[in-house]
Amino acid sequence: MQEIHIVDIRKLTEIIKTKYGYDFTNYAISSFKRRILRILELHKFNSVDALTKKISDDPVFFEEFISEITVNVTEMFRDPPFWRILRDKIIPNILLNHKKVSVWHAGCSSGEEVYSMAILLKEMGILEDSKIIATDIDDQILERARSGVYTVKNMELNEKNYVRFRGENELNKYFEVKNGLAYMDKSLVKDVSYRKHDLVNGIVFNKFDIVLCRNVMIYFNQNLQNDVLKKLHESIFKYGYLAIGSKESLIWCEIANKFIVVNNEEKIYKKIKE
Amino acid sequence: MKFPELHINFKAIVIGGSAGSFQGITKILSQVPKDFPLPIIMCLHRLKHVRNGFIEALSIKSIKDVIEPYDKESIKKGNVYLAPANYHMSIELGHYFSLSTEEMVNNSRPSIDITMETAAFTYKNKLIGILLSGANKDGAMGMKKIKDSGGFTIVQDPAECMIDTMPTAALNTTSIDYTLSIDDIIKLFFEIHKLYK
Repeated sequence: MQEIHIVDIRKLTEIIKTKYGYDFTNYAISSFKRRILRILELHKFNSVDALTKKISDDPVFFEEFISEITVNVTEMFRDPPFWRILRDKIIPNILLNHKKVSVWHAGCSSGEEVYSMAILLKEMGILEDSKIIATDIDDQILERARSGVYTVKNMELNEKNYVRFRGENELNKYFEVKNGLAYMDKSLVKDVSYRKHDLVNGIVFNKFDIVLCRNVMIYFNQNLQNDVLKKLHESIFKYGYLAIGSKESLIWCEIANKFIVVNNEEKIYKKIKE
Repeated sequence: MKFPELHINFKAIVIGGSAGSFQGITKILSQVPKDFPLPIIMCLHRLKHVRNGFIEALSIKSIKDVIEPYDKESIKKGNVYLAPANYHMSIELGHYFSLSTEEMVNNSRPSIDITMETAAFTYKNKLIGILLSGANKDGAMGMKKIKDSGGFTIVQDPAECMIDTMPTAALNTTSIDYTLSIDDIIKLFFEIHKLYK
């Protein structure tokens, strides 16, 4: 692995910021460096400078870059106990006060969590009454999320997770295998709104009962985590819920005192103060 | 056994292990004294979808608590850390951890290469890297990075390993300062402990 220098990365992020309005300055540096290296290898650039020049000259390539700089490794029902708690405790709790459940998947990637949520709500009999919005910074991945086509290999893992989630069916009730690919039942997500949105520079656009932002902020440094968390906080109704990844923590964020921990193992928080 | 290269400027120890390393690790942890001065950062291959149980199993015999760090958690002297299941664990320049769910590296998440390479970048020549028994090549590039940054490298004696692919790959990739049995690795920990007293 070649070494790349922070100075060159700074030049790259500056160009992107001025030219395209995306700000990668405060991404967590180790993983960002690895993403850049990956792109250098993939497109056979011999330096970060060469990549920077290409990005600066070629807006179409920049779209490609956005796709590759973001990490899109996800699963259906990742951490099955999390989904069980959502079904058995969190959503019933919301329904005590609200007729409908509104959900925001912030950083939805290829859409596996959106399908997990839709299946969960369907099995609870409330999918029709729910509102799901799924956003990501990357247009190409949103396209994949919309298409709901996954590899059979990934579906095997998803099925194992679903069994541990203790869903009421078999997961294969919700997809069909054709030509070696799994096609999800799209009626599950027919009312889902998939939108492009950048958590870093994007606006607060609505309020929700639950915001899922799991394993997204790990790609940001602590300053940026703080800023993004403020936006997430603004996007949640009072007494609504925030879910982050099992190894993420709010403790060191300025805004931590506006939440209480509902489930520490699964990192579910409740907003208690505006 | 004496280790003339040891000095009191080391800042951390990073340990990689896979198949067949569990016994060795628990033996080491059962001997490392409570007031051991350096952070011990472990990246061990483990079942990706079993979050619980592993740390408990390691803790049974360990004198010190074993911690699975949170994303951005600071690295503290003398703590024992373990890469969490299904996350890569990097060490950042500000001496804290960052986690990620990037693609598997060498078929592994956590990948030992990632932890070792980022540790080498952060600690430079003040790092000790130890690679134990295992069935793939993860860790070989990481050990090379540690050596190239001036750090101190040790592999478990392949003759003692249940599966020697991992230490052998490291021996073939870079120069390794010592090839040691688990008992001698424990002596090394004692030497470090003495030095810092």
